[in-house]
Amino acid sequence: MTAISQDVSGANAIATHRLRDALAAAALTFFLCFPIILLHAEADNDGNLYLTWRPWAVVILCAIAFVGRYAILAYSARSRVDEAPARVATPSASRAFVGRYIAALGVVFLFVFPFAVLWLLGAGGALKWIDNYGVQILIYVMLGWGLNIVVGLAGLLDLGYVAFYAVGAYSYALLATTFGLSFWICLPLAGMLAALWGMILGFPVLRLRGDYLAIVTLAFGEIIRLILINWVSFSGGYAGIASIPRVTFFGLSLRDEPGNFADFFHIEYSPIHVKIFLYYLILCLAFLTNFVTLRLRRLPIGRAWEALREDEIACRSLGINTRNTKLTAFALGAFFGGLAGSFFAVRQGFISPESFTFNESATVLAIVVLGGMGSQIGVAFAAAALIGGFEILRELDWMRQLMAMVFGIPDFDPAQYRGLLFGLAMVVMMVFRPRGFVSTRSPSIFLKERKAVSGSLVKEGHG
Amino acid sequence: MDNFLQQLINGITLGSIYGLIAIGYTMVFGIIGMVNFAHGDVFMLSAFIALLVFLLLTKVIGLGFLPLTFVLVLVAGMVLTSVWSWTIERLAYRPLRGSFRLAPLISAIGMSIFLSNFVQVSQGPRNKPVPPMFNDIIHIGGAGHDVTLQYRQIVIVVITALLLGGFWYLVQKTALGRAQRACEQDRKMASLIGVDVDRTISTTFVIGAALAAVAGALYMLYYGVVNFSDGFLPGVKAFTAAVLGGIGSLPGAVLGGLLIGLIEVFWSAYFSTDYKDVAAFSILAITLIFMPSGILGRPEIEKV
Repeated sequence: MTAISQDVSGANAIATHRLRDALAAAALTFFLCFPIILLHAEADNDGNLYLTWRPWAVVILCAIAFVGRYAILAYSARSRVDEAPARVATPSASRAFVGRYIAALGVVFLFVFPFAVLWLLGAGGALKWIDNYGVQILIYVMLGWGLNIVVGLAGLLDLGYVAFYAVGAYSYALLATTFGLSFWICLPLAGMLAALWGMILGFPVLRLRGDYLAIVTLAFGEIIRLILINWVSFSGGYAGIASIPRVTFFGLSLRDEPGNFADFFHIEYSPIHVKIFLYYLILCLAFLTNFVTLRLRRLPIGRAWEALREDEIACRSLGINTRNTKLTAFALGAFFGGLAGSFFAVRQGFISPESFTFNESATVLAIVVLGGMGSQIGVAFAAAALIGGFEILRELDWMRQLMAMVFGIPDFDPAQYRGLLFGLAMVVMMVFRPRGFVSTRSPSIFLKERKAVSGSLVKEGHG
Repeated sequence: MDNFLQQLINGITLGSIYGLIAIGYTMVFGIIGMVNFAHGDVFMLSAFIALLVFLLLTKVIGLGFLPLTFVLVLVAGMVLTSVWSWTIERLAYRPLRGSFRLAPLISAIGMSIFLSNFVQVSQGPRNKPVPPMFNDIIHIGGAGHDVTLQYRQIVIVVITALLLGGFWYLVQKTALGRAQRACEQDRKMASLIGVDVDRTISTTFVIGAALAAVAGALYMLYYGVVNFSDGFLPGVKAFTAAVLGGIGSLPGAVLGGLLIGLIEVFWSAYFSTDYKDVAAFSILAITLIFMPSGILGRPEIEKV
């Protein structure tokens, strides 16, 4: 009898405790929202600010905080009982096998993708899928793989990666518009120039580690962007460089003009040709990045990168030349960034410093981090999820209509929220899965058999 | 000479604001060794909070007496920004203690992106022109000289000086300050002798945010306009100030802030306005590469 009543009072106490906690969360949310969401300041035409009130938004957010906190407490109380103490996940052999299978399947999928959509949707519908999704995602896959060399393998956190992307893009644009060089000559030149810049910027930061390195690379990235903005006679300033020569199919124009690609092969001209060509171009460039990375990982230099990531002092005491190791990582990462940049320039036909802000660096870094630093396939999936997600947000028209009809918010634009979600995703990922989507790493060198290890055993970003 | 004096006044004003933000960077770095990348955006958020509270007080409640209004704005801004900072530390940084070394930095970058987008979404992307305050001007040096001192510059410098005095007392004379300095020296040892390390770290974030909140209100007052993207550049400049003064050193942060303010203003006046941000970034890179312990900082000793 007493035991039961104790049980009941115990349960009551827990419920009260949860309720109190949830109320505290709601109160906290209220304080967080108090001026910044409750009030909205907008300037009228005379430049005077006036306030509008949004009490409902605050009420809704507080309610979400209350319910969410209560649910989390209830859920964590239940799952605490059967919580496994093992923090280091031990990947099974079957999962590694599935992983390899997925990679092969992914390659096949990527190669048939444009023709599959073309066949399914026709030329009109396929354009969007190949250009907005295919090409856009693959650019970021390539950038992610390039940065993965620096961050994931060598463990050097680079916050200014977009600088090399910019160097590549401007190299192509300037070489092509000034000297009339073709894309195929400019592409390796742009890559090499970017690699040179990678070494120039990498050299002074050799001694720095961790956070300091990150901040200095950020500073370099911003300096390059500011110079591109302010050195108008060189780069065109804010206006950028327009009318960059478009890509050609080995000399055959892909635009609607006589003697073009379609004429040569006696097919009907369609704007989809150029998109498909660009798609395969960036696909090949991305696979080149991946291939080079995978091969280099098995060479002494690649193993030195990973050793450097684990322990720089041990590396030095073993006689590894840390200077050259770091510089090659920077240079190679920059090289692929430069290739991606010149592809970006040829695809857009117009570039300006606007495209090379810190946000871009952060996006690429987020791709590498979310995918799991050092994991090639994880980076590819993260790029698809992030960039594809951004594109999908842009198309949620039903959501716009819903908001307009139900809540009376006329200009609701889901794409506005992409930065918000993106920042949140980075934080949530660091808190819950710091090793990324793909939490296993396969070692590049092994004694008897290849065995995937948990990402928790890999020490990223130490150097 | 007139121009020089004028720029000196402007530089000190700007430097005070940077100094206030820099303290937040330097304290957090000192205590948990992390670059709080989101601090610049907390500062920007606080400027918006100050603006909204100011509008609420003047337009809705109808408070007319400006000094009182501004004090209320400062207090409200400090409290509300502290709540934000406490929440951020609790949700985004505390769970990462013991994670790999770059995890807090990456989380802070995510938080920084979140905050600037949050303000953009909730308040709109356009510039918010703030009604001008403390507009009167004092002419220095009498006739024939062209040096002016604005009331708002006096307000900024005086508030900064008062705040720094209070802050100095807090860190040097109170139990909280002692706990903070203990955690800075050795976190494990501090916890062994009964210092609540988690609470001390939270308080550090809160104090840093409160100072940044004052800086935000003063920034709004000085420039007369706020925008959601205002967090990045002042944030980087304040971080540069912290690094230049010696990261981890509180007087260093103030000194670095003043130096960065002066450099920026003189660079714009005598060389080129276009490249003033390049100057700030270059100083950041050069300091970190060639004298990472700054002017007043202690050199970092690497334990093997």
